[in-house]
Amino acid sequence: MTVIQFDPIRLSPEAQALRTEVRAFLRQEIDAGIFDPLQGAMQAKSNPEFSRKVGARGWIGMTWPKRYGGRERSFLERYVVTEEFRVANAPVGLHFTADRQSGPMLLKYASERIKADILPRITRGECCFCIGMSEPNSGSDLFAANTRAQRCDGGWKVSGTKLWTTGAHHADYMIGLFRTSASTRENRRHGLTQFLVDMAAPGIAVNPILNTLGQHEFNEVVFDDMFVPDDHALGEIDMAWKQATSELAYERSGPERFLETSYLLFELVRVLGSSPDVRGAEGIGRLVAQVHTLRRMSVSVNGMLEAGKDPMLEGSIVKDIGTVWQQQLPHKARDLAAFIDGDARDRERFDELLAYATAIVPKLTIQGGTSEVLRGIIARGLGLR
Amino acid sequence: MNDNSHMIADTTRRIFRELGNPQSLKTDTDRRRLWGALETAGLTRTWIPETLNGSGATLADGFEVVRIAGEFAVSVPLAESLLGGWLLQQAGIPTPLGPGTVAPVDVRDRITAGGNDALSGTARSVPFARDATWIVVMGARDERAFVGLIDRSLCRIQEHANLAGDARDAVALLDVVPSAMAPAAINLEALLLIGAAVRSMQMAGALQAILDVSVAYANQRVAFEKPIGKFQAIQHSLAKLAGEAAAALAAAGSAADAIASAADAIPSAAQFDAGTFLEVASAKIRVGEAAATGAAIAHQVHGAIGFSQEHVLHRYTQRLWAWRDDFGGESYWALRLGRMVAVNGADALWPMLAAR
Repeated sequence: MTVIQFDPIRLSPEAQALRTEVRAFLRQEIDAGIFDPLQGAMQAKSNPEFSRKVGARGWIGMTWPKRYGGRERSFLERYVVTEEFRVANAPVGLHFTADRQSGPMLLKYASERIKADILPRITRGECCFCIGMSEPNSGSDLFAANTRAQRCDGGWKVSGTKLWTTGAHHADYMIGLFRTSASTRENRRHGLTQFLVDMAAPGIAVNPILNTLGQHEFNEVVFDDMFVPDDHALGEIDMAWKQATSELAYERSGPERFLETSYLLFELVRVLGSSPDVRGAEGIGRLVAQVHTLRRMSVSVNGMLEAGKDPMLEGSIVKDIGTVWQQQLPHKARDLAAFIDGDARDRERFDELLAYATAIVPKLTIQGGTSEVLRGIIARGLGLR
Repeated sequence: MNDNSHMIADTTRRIFRELGNPQSLKTDTDRRRLWGALETAGLTRTWIPETLNGSGATLADGFEVVRIAGEFAVSVPLAESLLGGWLLQQAGIPTPLGPGTVAPVDVRDRITAGGNDALSGTARSVPFARDATWIVVMGARDERAFVGLIDRSLCRIQEHANLAGDARDAVALLDVVPSAMAPAAINLEALLLIGAAVRSMQMAGALQAILDVSVAYANQRVAFEKPIGKFQAIQHSLAKLAGEAAAALAAAGSAADAIASAADAIPSAAQFDAGTFLEVASAKIRVGEAAATGAAIAHQVHGAIGFSQEHVLHRYTQRLWAWRDDFGGESYWALRLGRMVAVNGADALWPMLAAR
């Protein structure tokens, strides 16, 4: 029988109690005008003041050891915080990447000195990270990366270009993937190393790239003989391909993989009103069944990770079908709302969100691993490759 | 899962491997032999407590038995007998030996009780009615739900089959006196929910099986000088099938888990709460959708051989399509779920989802 497993994991009463606390905090921030959930839906925002407050609550790096500023809470508790923030469209841009990916990466591979310096700052919401993976000639094919790090006295000199780097214009640090030697005939994945990069270092230029909506989220980052000290290399030199394992499952299976456009589902229910016709009601029912299933899958993967299992295959499945579902959502919502009067209450807001979601969803099946790459991983897990 | 759960699952799988191959299971004699082995192992009485001569396993164990049976495209009334046994034990009635089934299973059908406890009404599409020796009926008298145990020979059976050829008979009761009858601890709606959860688990098992059959075939079938599973187009199709099988497994497993926890509250609560309704409705909807998408991919990967009588694939796909209709189809549940969400309002949707 196949290896696929989705245990019916439930959130603990402690996690659900934490949810109440998170909702009260978000309500308070919204009421105080710190952020607007509807504006937040249409523009990913970074808000230093908000991130510092979240840090003070202990909700950044909350699974990390206490000696680095963490709270040693469970991954399912972190899951609750993440999904509540996502549904509220809270401005988490400053700390989200560090919380999800960069912090755990440092925890595993950085020197004690760096961990003691940077991790507590992340947990306080004072430290923003970006991820330097893609390049002009290396996207899905990560192992074609060509930005070069060459040995020099006391460290490395880096030259080359990273592309589509989300948030590089806000980031204090980057975790960058650089070529430290050539790939070998036996292993084309050989020769890449991950580095911690101080974005304030000389020799870095961050150039904005606007997306199709004219928004500035991603960038081109050009390195020109930038110096990186020796102890900023993360993990084994040339062996980065071995390092990205369980973190990837967290990245792929998080609630953001199916809740990024959730506002559209809620607004659809609002415009259809309390007594929709058969078509509208059935349509809502199917969408709710689908999103409920995705959430149960996502919780399951996070629960398996918490239990020390390695649900690489399951995590890839969640991202694949979650992002495809989100991509179809605007079109289904548009169909279901088609016969609602143009000047009906709430319709204007729905239309505005619909237009935004329609335009933004193409990115969902590309960022963080394209559907094609994920299906390749799934096929490998099934024993086809 | 504890040791006992593992033992139940292993026994189920062993019996089906030996006697339940859906392709070689052709005659009534074959099916009787399978049934006999399941009954001897106590698997048909999984949801009956030991005090009523059952095996006293947990609800979760029974759902796993049903899922494994689905991996073998089960064509004996195992799931129906489990369900019937559970209804009877709730009412304190001992379950007879032999295959049984339950009625009604069509959401539109009603059975009523008249004077002298005589039952009347017609239930359509009752699974395996002609093969069953007993039928558990649920109905209402004066708005109160009851459970009745009926000798099948007292019913008028009109034989019908679903598209897989399994019996889905119309059962007509005309003043039939049940051999036992008692007030039900649950209402008819609860039967529908448990039935839908049971069928969803069975379908999740069948979807896992067609994924396995398809992957094995793609690794073995050579075309254009290599196994077709080496072609990216086939790999991506099978990855999508895996996604559908995974969604079915997660949705059905979650619904079964919800029923198992909620059933602890019975008989103090005669019906399941809104959260359990969300779980079961979602499972039946999402698993039904997965059946349509998944079966299409499995057939496409198999090419012509998968469309032949001699290949096992159709035993699964035809049952997957047919099982969608039992205990409410996708549209039925989606309409009800959508109406519930609409009445509760947009701001209640996320809290409902997040509570699960």
